[in-house]
Amino acid sequence: MMEETRTEPTARKPTRDLLGLILAGTSGVLIIFALGMALVYAPRELTMGNVQRIFYFHVASAWVGFFGFFVTFLAGIAYLATGKRRWDILGLSSVEVGLTFIAMTVVTGALWARPVWGTYWTWEPRLTISALQLLIYVAYGMLRASITGSERRARFAAVYGIVAFVTVPLSWFAIRWWRTIHPDILTGGDSMTVTPRMVQTLVVSIGAFTALYATLVRQRVRLERADDALTRLRLRVDERQSRLKSRRSG
Amino acid sequence: MSVYLVAAYAVFWAFTSIFVLSLWARQRRIEQEIESLEAQLSDD
Repeated sequence: MMEETRTEPTARKPTRDLLGLILAGTSGVLIIFALGMALVYAPRELTMGNVQRIFYFHVASAWVGFFGFFVTFLAGIAYLATGKRRWDILGLSSVEVGLTFIAMTVVTGALWARPVWGTYWTWEPRLTISALQLLIYVAYGMLRASITGSERRARFAAVYGIVAFVTVPLSWFAIRWWRTIHPDILTGGDSMTVTPRMVQTLVVSIGAFTALYATLVRQRVRLERADDALTRLRLRVDERQSRLKSRRSG
Repeated sequence: MSVYLVAAYAVFWAFTSIFVLSLWARQRRIEQEIESLEAQLSDD
């Protein structure tokens, strides 16, 4: 598998990113709007009361986490097919952002569970799979960092990202395949009443979180590219220094 | 307003802020190192 290499005369500093600024501004406005809808516009749920409002950001962060892992899955396939560094960077960036949002999902879920179930955590199927998923993707970063050789590391990460994605459909279908106390947010089930305003709030929250995901992944990709530029620059400095040393000794 | 609700939304802001700050800190460190290496190259 060939690695994409580019030779640049100098490692350039990242330029001002207008699109990144627009994305960040848009996602910031959308998040504030979604927050307003979740706390004010959405009605108070009859059974759970105000604590149900956690769901809007909890579900939206779970969606973004799953979406992030899906992007890594696709980037893994693209890397194995083309060997281009850009897919490796996208896969890594998407895992980091996805992992942040899945960790957010687990913590906000625990905060919702305490007043509703009477406990922060229970080993029911959805929660167990979420905990496993979190550990699997944390391991992605740790194992990736331990591998030497950029091409080997990228190939390993691509395969790992493809295999680890199995946790996403498992988590999604866990509440349908097994007996579980986790509510189904699409139907509400018996545990909560879903109204049109709740659905609208959830849709806006998901949109806002997706915009935030795009912003963060874009910035993470830029960071990795800057890191690549730094590596190339270090090589140039090393080469120059060894040339100077051999000239002096010669 | 439930304390759990406030805590959950605080978790969102905390996680997002930590991620953004870590990106910013890493970007800054890389830019500084690039500047210093470029200066080293131009000196030679």
